[in-house]
Amino acid sequence: MIEVRWHGRGGQGAVTSVELLAVSAIAAGKFAQGFPSFGPERRGAPVAAFTRIDDKKIDVRSGIYEPDVVLVLDSSLIGLVNVLDGLKPGGKVIVNTPKTPEEIRKDLNFNGPVATVDGTGIARKEMGVPIANTTMIGALLKVTGIMELDAMKDSIEHRFGRIAQKNLNAMKRAYDEIKISK
Amino acid sequence: MGKRVGLEVTVAVAEAVALCRIDMAGVYPITPQSHIAEHLSNLVADGKLDAEFVTVESEHSAMSAVIGAAAAGARVYTATSSQGLMLMHELLPIASAMRLPITMAIANRAVSGPLNILNDHSDIMPQRDAGWIAVFAENGQEAVDLSIAAFKIAEHKDVMLPVSVNIDGFQLTHMVEPVIMPSQEEVDAFLPPFVPHATLHPSRPVTMGAFSMSDYFTEIMKAKDEAIKNSKKVILEVWDDWGRQFGRNYKPVETYLAEDADILMLTMGSMGETAKIAIDELRGKGVKAGLIKLRLWRPFPFAELAAVLKNAAQLIVTDRAVSFGGPGGPVFSEIKSALFAQANRPAIYNYIIGLGGRDVAVSDFVGMFETVRADKAKAKADTYEFWGVRE
Repeated sequence: MIEVRWHGRGGQGAVTSVELLAVSAIAAGKFAQGFPSFGPERRGAPVAAFTRIDDKKIDVRSGIYEPDVVLVLDSSLIGLVNVLDGLKPGGKVIVNTPKTPEEIRKDLNFNGPVATVDGTGIARKEMGVPIANTTMIGALLKVTGIMELDAMKDSIEHRFGRIAQKNLNAMKRAYDEIKISK
Repeated sequence: MGKRVGLEVTVAVAEAVALCRIDMAGVYPITPQSHIAEHLSNLVADGKLDAEFVTVESEHSAMSAVIGAAAAGARVYTATSSQGLMLMHELLPIASAMRLPITMAIANRAVSGPLNILNDHSDIMPQRDAGWIAVFAENGQEAVDLSIAAFKIAEHKDVMLPVSVNIDGFQLTHMVEPVIMPSQEEVDAFLPPFVPHATLHPSRPVTMGAFSMSDYFTEIMKAKDEAIKNSKKVILEVWDDWGRQFGRNYKPVETYLAEDADILMLTMGSMGETAKIAIDELRGKGVKAGLIKLRLWRPFPFAELAAVLKNAAQLIVTDRAVSFGGPGGPVFSEIKSALFAQANRPAIYNYIIGLGGRDVAVSDFVGMFETVRADKAKAKADTYEFWGVRE
């Protein structure tokens, strides 16, 4: 089982991303859970959302305390929220930022694997909006290899209709452009 | 058989209710039930569900509206949570006394105060004696299956009672997870059209929910008690029908590795699945731990429970609500009284857990087992404790 914790701010679409990812993983024959951090939602406030994906039925229903991967949708949260909290030994950190993985490692004081991509920049160019939630799914799929990029197509089309292709293009670019540290 | 799809559990429940071809829904939105209300309303607005969706101004009105519609012979549905259920409370015993088949989802949530929107069972527990059948779902699939089965139970001529399907708020309602949705043809084959015993109609006047003084009130209460006790036979039949048609079987009391267990834990609702992982972990260490999942809260399954509690020396009952100043959590009290007359009953321990959304991890369940196992002198038996409370 792989457990992912997403860090974002209310309104940036972390919950939409975990939902799309779970729906796509299930459509691809896997078992998955996608859920928000339970509680009131406020635009702009730090939020978390969670993904579990496995090849067999998932029984656990408690929170995710020791994620395999942490994905930071908004790099301004670094220093504000302990994004490394509980990260498994060898766990990976993915950050939406124009910075290099080495710079982020320094910012986080972290020696483990870090991957970075300018998701917001890509989203701006491909979709005309600075909302990188779907873009960063591409980054997550590249780093984890949990699914093929194509597995996202149906759920993205179902959710976004005529703007789906733009989302898929942005996702593909993040997949191709992400920089992964050793 | 349908394919597994990823759906938010509330959306899956609303889709399931639509497959039951309801005539009318009266729903007032409240967190964490809101997406049921929203999705049902969308289905009606989009013309996908031919039903009357009554936008009521409160939960009291929601329950009043479904009572009225059910009395007129409609297949009705409502859903609520927490404060909404508390506001409905006044009408719940009326619905059951009028023998109206109403199906209601309760997205279980803590009751104020202080204000808290997260999951526990403090909303359903005060409704215990309302004369409603109450069932608990453990996951999204069960929420779907039990919702559809609820209509068949409620409307059965030997039952004619309202049913609540309890679905843990957030832990279930806000989860996107795999669910196998039955097809319309499958649900049509399972659920016959509703044939009411009597209906309110201007040209065929009848009296329902009338006035009664001491001359008949006791007899009416006794009749209601008999009705809900008798409903168990139908509940078993309907769940068996479901199992035969869909291959997923439901029982009032379900177990996991309970047969040879020395120490058992009892859960109700979504925490059973997490507790199961703790049991696997303990079994791996040679501890004979097992699980009892209470699915049917009313009518209370006395015989089924006694049958699975024959062998164990210790039983841990988990509660998601408090009976302030009482003998322990509400489930614990019930289990204790159910086993009172049984010779060789296990030592019973009570942990109150998961209040107001407090997460309970696998390690917590393991901790409860370990604590009880270490209590050789049975010093903590027959008492209750708030697990993990800071004092």
